[in-house]
Amino acid sequence: MFPILESREIAKNVHLQRIHSPRIARKRKAGQFLILRRADNGERIPLTIVGSDPGEGSVTIIFQVVGKSTAEFARMKAGDSYLDVVGPLGLATHIEKFGTVVGIGGGIGTAPLLPIATSIKQGGNRLISIVGARTKDLLILEDDMRAISDEIVVTTDDGSYAKKGFVTTALQELIDRGEKIDLCIAIGPVPMMRAVAEVTRPHQIKTVVSLNPIMVDATGMCGACRVSVGGATKFVCVDGPEFDGHQVDFKELVMRNRAYLREEKTAMERFEHKDGKCMGSGTPAPVGGKS
Amino acid sequence: MADVTPKPRPKPFSIPRQPMPEQPPMVRVKNFKEVPYGLTPDLAILEATRCIQCKNPQCVPGCPVSVQIPEFIDLVAKGKFVEAARKIKETNALPAVCGRVCPQEEQCELPCVLGKKGEPVAIGRLERFVADFERVTGNVEIPQVASPTGKRVAVVGAGPAGLTVAGDLVQMGHDVTIFEALHKPGGVLMYGIPEFRLPKEIVQAEVEYIVKLGAKLECNAVIGKSITIDELLAEEGFDAVFIGTGAGLPYFMNIPGENLIGVYSANEYLTRANLMKAYAFPEADTPLTKSKHVAVVGGGNVAMDAARTAMRMGAEKVYVVYRRSKKEMPARIEEIHHAEEEGIEFHLLTNPVAFHGNDEAWVTEVECLKMELGEPDASGRRRPVPVKGSEFRLPVDTVIMSIGNGANPLVPSTTPGLNTNKWGNILADQETGKTSKKGVFAGGDIVIGAATVILAMGAGRKAAAAINEYLKTGAW
Repeated sequence: MFPILESREIAKNVHLQRIHSPRIARKRKAGQFLILRRADNGERIPLTIVGSDPGEGSVTIIFQVVGKSTAEFARMKAGDSYLDVVGPLGLATHIEKFGTVVGIGGGIGTAPLLPIATSIKQGGNRLISIVGARTKDLLILEDDMRAISDEIVVTTDDGSYAKKGFVTTALQELIDRGEKIDLCIAIGPVPMMRAVAEVTRPHQIKTVVSLNPIMVDATGMCGACRVSVGGATKFVCVDGPEFDGHQVDFKELVMRNRAYLREEKTAMERFEHKDGKCMGSGTPAPVGGKS
Repeated sequence: MADVTPKPRPKPFSIPRQPMPEQPPMVRVKNFKEVPYGLTPDLAILEATRCIQCKNPQCVPGCPVSVQIPEFIDLVAKGKFVEAARKIKETNALPAVCGRVCPQEEQCELPCVLGKKGEPVAIGRLERFVADFERVTGNVEIPQVASPTGKRVAVVGAGPAGLTVAGDLVQMGHDVTIFEALHKPGGVLMYGIPEFRLPKEIVQAEVEYIVKLGAKLECNAVIGKSITIDELLAEEGFDAVFIGTGAGLPYFMNIPGENLIGVYSANEYLTRANLMKAYAFPEADTPLTKSKHVAVVGGGNVAMDAARTAMRMGAEKVYVVYRRSKKEMPARIEEIHHAEEEGIEFHLLTNPVAFHGNDEAWVTEVECLKMELGEPDASGRRRPVPVKGSEFRLPVDTVIMSIGNGANPLVPSTTPGLNTNKWGNILADQETGKTSKKGVFAGGDIVIGAATVILAMGAGRKAAAAINEYLKTGAW
């Protein structure tokens, strides 16, 4: 059993939990993820490791309520336990001295970006961050990102806070002002990552994206998470989760993430009905999607 | 002398091989319960009396773990079922599993003298019967293990190979910890082989037996990620490591449309259905597509398991698409027979060349080519050759690729000094399991490629003996 040490809502339907898992806390590197299972009969849900405290033996996750399993996770309090926590999984982010790196986090994607951006900064790079959300209530980790960035731009799609517009607008402005960008790391909803890749492509700016497909075992055994990258099939769980954004077939990824929409809806409706109240999570997103 | 009335030894050749009662096909395709009910005590005794107790038994060398077959069958014939189970357990820690999934017709039953004229003794059914009898009647006894040696062994993977190694070593007095990547132990017995062929309760009971013998079990530990082999040896204080991680990397055909939605690896389809219990969705949280028309590509036991699972998930039509003829199918005859009985249609000498989908990227058709058999290939089987102009399309909404598994690279890629062959399988001595790295042994599918449960157990048995020797002498 893996006890929860802390659990709180940090934005609307976005939750942070600190979980006791000493092995993972000792071992994990930026860019890696873990698998959580709440109880018997539960799904294996992959989530990026946002941070860890090896001394305390804890790992931190941040997730958005998008379906039944994450809704159940959200209700777990400090003192409750996960039945299974597995990790660290996936390859760690490749860190070196690139020069100027732009880190882009969209919505919940800022959570997986934080540890990567931190390592990038610690690796001796100049870090420009672009942190965006649909609206003010969904913006997360602004202060944490600000603390590690040499420069930061915050955007909201609806202009309810900071700069109005998409993260790609802010990125384009950096390019237009003549900023020499050596690497761009973009994490967020698939359409956002695709849009970022299209902005950087004509300028030949190397662009890394972190993918969030459906997974089951997450050790390379099932192939549920396969994506096409540069025409070859890759397993995100063992070959990723980070890939060259200019090579990823995002269209296929979007489609594959829709495989269980119907079942996810059934599970959520049943959960809400049994519960007698609406969780109000909006459109269900792919089960197993990493935050 | 006997628990049940013993029968006088009749003329063995006069009794026919006793059939095992089973669920009728049209009933069982609607549930996930085990297909055979198993022998009754009377049927078991009758079957056991067929054994002529050869002076020089041919069945024992046919068994990869050398079960003392005539001895246990003699005990069955005398009605001493519990004693019979314990006799088997002297050399096989997983009899309830082996009695169900071993290909006895190619192993112990193949050389049986009775088979020369008629049908061999049903050794597998008897093994299954006594193991079940011992368990169901609450007679499982934990034997005394040797006094502690103070040596620690890490076993990587709680599948058939790892469980065998752990069971053997713990009885020799070693301190054994089994590390399992998934949340439940059993490996392929849990995620791969379906409930209706091997009830998961039985797997867990057999694992429980090994734990009661004294082995420690740590699930959710992905060796190579959570801990490396070097860390096990240098930091966690293990004196030896056995790697039995199995064949966990599904092959695809690399043909167009293979990433359409609804195209699964058999590993994924079966893991969802078995380990994650997707057949109970939404009571269990993991979903699995409700299919109407399913094509399973491949001709092995896993393909039969996938096809029969799809039928039970409610499919109207399930096709097995296999590029050679029935004679070359690697699946057990019994499994093919069960699949046929359950209404699964076989498209033999047929090879998929592409998958086609709709606007939402769901698979809708398998494009196939008819094949004919040409000259024998490296495997000795006649090579399938495409028939020109024979393309046709099979309408489907689900495809399950069941064309085998490669070696999962998680352990080799994180273990310096551990040599592999060009397919990524760990190089290990066939007799001892010794790898290129001192103190590290390996066996099962990660060494020989996808094979059977019992072959993995046989490799585990040999490795356990070699590990014991290494721990005693330190000689490599």
